[in-house]
Amino acid sequence: MPEKSAAAAAGTSWGGRFIVYALLILVCLYYLLPLFVMVTTSLKPFEEIRAGNLLALPEAPTLDAWAKAWSYACTGVQCEGLHGFFWNSVSIAVPAVLISTLIGAFNGYVLIMWRFRGSDLLFSLLLVGCFLPFQVVLLPMARTLGQFGLATSITGLIFVHVVYGLAFTTLFFRNYYVTIPDELAKAAKIDGAGFFLIFRRIILPLSAPIIGVTVIWQFTQVWNDFLFGVVFSSGERQPITVALNNLVNTSTGVKEYNVDMAAAIIAALPTLFVYVVAGKYFIPGLTAGAVKG
Amino acid sequence: MAALSIRDVHKTYAGADRNPHKAGAVGEVLKGINLEVEHGELLILVGPSGCGKSTLLAMIAGLETVTAGEIRISGEVVNHLPPKDRDIAMVFQSYALYPNMTARENISFGLEIRKVPKAEQREIVERVAQTLQIGPMLDRKPSQLSGGQRQRVAMGRAIARDPALFLFDEPLSNLDAKLRVEMRTEIKLLHQRLGATIVYVTHDQIEAMTLGDKIAVMKAGELQQFGTPQQVYDDPSNLFVAGFMGSPSMNFILTKIEPLGGGCGVRLESAGRQYLFPAGPADGKLKSWIGREVLFGIRPEQVTHKIESRIGAPHVQTAVLPVRLIEPTGPDTLVLVPVNGKQITCRVHPARAASPGEDMELMFDLSKAVFFDPKTEQRIA
Repeated sequence: MPEKSAAAAAGTSWGGRFIVYALLILVCLYYLLPLFVMVTTSLKPFEEIRAGNLLALPEAPTLDAWAKAWSYACTGVQCEGLHGFFWNSVSIAVPAVLISTLIGAFNGYVLIMWRFRGSDLLFSLLLVGCFLPFQVVLLPMARTLGQFGLATSITGLIFVHVVYGLAFTTLFFRNYYVTIPDELAKAAKIDGAGFFLIFRRIILPLSAPIIGVTVIWQFTQVWNDFLFGVVFSSGERQPITVALNNLVNTSTGVKEYNVDMAAAIIAALPTLFVYVVAGKYFIPGLTAGAVKG
Repeated sequence: MAALSIRDVHKTYAGADRNPHKAGAVGEVLKGINLEVEHGELLILVGPSGCGKSTLLAMIAGLETVTAGEIRISGEVVNHLPPKDRDIAMVFQSYALYPNMTARENISFGLEIRKVPKAEQREIVERVAQTLQIGPMLDRKPSQLSGGQRQRVAMGRAIARDPALFLFDEPLSNLDAKLRVEMRTEIKLLHQRLGATIVYVTHDQIEAMTLGDKIAVMKAGELQQFGTPQQVYDDPSNLFVAGFMGSPSMNFILTKIEPLGGGCGVRLESAGRQYLFPAGPADGKLKSWIGREVLFGIRPEQVTHKIESRIGAPHVQTAVLPVRLIEPTGPDTLVLVPVNGKQITCRVHPARAASPGEDMELMFDLSKAVFFDPKTEQRIA
């Protein structure tokens, strides 16, 4: 009797496992298919696209579409490819991510290690910032940027992203710092360390996992942003997302799918890159608050 | 001039109602503490959790504000000084070692902040490492150290500062039982060697007895008794202190004081047998309690097997009592017998312990017996 039920259990578990794996593989293919189409299409010469089928591998792979997307595809009136806009996005995303992460870390540190009357209330209010739809801030922000003389400038976009990101970065760091024993800060106070020294020497060095999470989150947000980019910048100062849109919508008779695909991949690569570099911190960092280790 | 003097110190938390002026609010965690610690003394703050001992320590350290009263370190009022200006060092329960720094950096961090020259820092770290035998571990991170080693590094960090006052917040409670006893001895040796003034918080009454020069027993924000370990043990000021110090705990027997000869006696009853033991001289404090109920306190080691040589000594009485249960501990066997409807614990020689169900002749030494008012729980005599 026990052997029989054990065999039955093994049978169902084997069958169950087969179904699970089959499903997983199917879902995996489903998600990877668009990427496959994008990559293969971007490597095909235009004639092949017109003639061949969507899923076929390129017969004569070429990087021409990539070169065009990067250097001389038309985005509206000018035809200089995406490269200028790529660097626009880099010069928006890098400072915006660094500044918002640093301020978020600092906010979290103050909210946890130097609690003051109303600090919890302040944090709750700050959280509301996470739920504000972008559209709500467009007009006031446009006015503010105008007042500061930052309208349609890269500095202005950095400012917008920093302000908008603070609610998230503060939330991340605050929830991470809750798990750090406050005796550490007390010990440092007794050792004679002050406010900034404790932050710099004790707290920041412990923050690697959550910095990883925040950087990925913020970079993805800032890099992929379209709305702020399209509203608060114009012409040569636009980020790559807006340029990509312009490139795809600028047609000179025929739709060059291979160039569109190459451009889309170029626009997506940096977020992938950041995920690969900082990704090993992502899951542990996100769950750090949940499971006290 | 005392190394540390605490005068009428109060602590009130604003609490959920956020009304710090509400008298007698649940937020009052310290209700007027007075303590004096002389140079080189080790003061133990002991009490059950929630008694306010850790809060008091944090206030001495400057990590908590003082609501009312005065704290002086080496004569100077420190109420409003930040921790770094109080000339103190603290060892935390969780050790609170900086995880990102090596043991060496942990020890020298405070020196570095105080701008001690590099060469001198190195010298101090070496000396401390030698004192605590942590030389080989200096370049390891806290995560690579065992609990006992972390404990040593945490103490090293305190010693390196050479403060006027050391504060220990339950430093041994995270260690396993064996290591705890070892470290306890080591802290005592260290205290003797350094001649340092130490305030040490613990909830463990054995730690309190073994380590302290003075013990302050606290309960619910109030100081119950302040004295040497022997005073606190032999001469407890109330029922709480008597019950808290000592393991197994003191026996408390509800009984009546009756006249006996010219003095007073306590009535004990067990299994139909009655005893009237003399309990103090004619002019003693118990005189006014004749005819009233008291709690008669006697420690387990004062109720032993019959020792022939002591028969007839003053205050020594014997009684035959039925044994309910025995608990061998090795050096002694604890024998539980019913007296006045309650089990009392007696500490007897293992070879002399009777078996459960048998009668055993037990010898009561009443010279250290104590008496409490059952209502106020204060000491009578």
